[in-house]
Amino acid sequence: MISLNTGLIIAGILFSVGFIGVMIRRNMIFMLLSIEIMMNAAGLAFVFAGSRWGAPDGQIMFIFILTMAAAEVAVGLALAMQLYQKFKTLDTDAASNMRG
Amino acid sequence: MTVFFYIAAIIAIFSTLMVISRTNVIHALLYMVVSLLSTAVMFFIIGAPFVAALEIMIYAGAIIVLFVFVVMMLNLGKPAIEQEKQWLAGSGWILPSLLSFILLIEVIYIISAAPAHPVAGVAISPRIVGHSMFTTYLIGVELSAILLLAGIIGAFHLARKKKQVVHRFLQKSQGAEK
Repeated sequence: MISLNTGLIIAGILFSVGFIGVMIRRNMIFMLLSIEIMMNAAGLAFVFAGSRWGAPDGQIMFIFILTMAAAEVAVGLALAMQLYQKFKTLDTDAASNMRG
Repeated sequence: MTVFFYIAAIIAIFSTLMVISRTNVIHALLYMVVSLLSTAVMFFIIGAPFVAALEIMIYAGAIIVLFVFVVMMLNLGKPAIEQEKQWLAGSGWILPSLLSFILLIEVIYIISAAPAHPVAGVAISPRIVGHSMFTTYLIGVELSAILLLAGIIGAFHLARKKKQVVHRFLQKSQGAEK
């Protein structure tokens, strides 16, 4: 039997793995990828909660999260390319100074 | 079906751990595809086939491919991998991982203390999802359309190479210096 509790625990594990990824990596591509993992985990929790009551609302929220992830990753990768063109590295610490 | 669900969950967690611990970006992206596919399997089992298809098409098929294209355009090569190894070799990752692991244990304890809610497992067809999306959540659809437009314009503006505008006299003098 699959329960909502199990699903929420799986979503929590995936979210915290993504969160650790954001904190420990310095490469901008890896940070964007970890943010994707976190948003995917949030969507997983939504779909589980919707499926518990047989309602379509959770799936609709997942579609909205998907839209937001697509827009975010387009802007984020454009910023990563600008960072690389300017500093010749993907290290986010390179852009920590202002007037860079 | 329950066994398949748990297998998919374990594969998802393992491949996500591999994503954040790789030094080569392409390997991490391929593990991310595996993680997304196993998440799609989970969606399919708990009765969300439409979302499972969207997960494969948009996440694995569009977003990760966008990442792959950007990595190919940047053309990082061996030195980047060496630098990643150097960054990960330090002990700086232990404390944040430990703290968020403690928080995760707390969350797991709180969720498992609640009474169990069995998931219905009845497949919700795309027809119901679409109907609800364009009646109840119509304003959300409009807002996400605006968000996508803003994303397109922002990505175009940021990724464009800045054109250097130099007056023709300066251009001539620069040419002379060269």
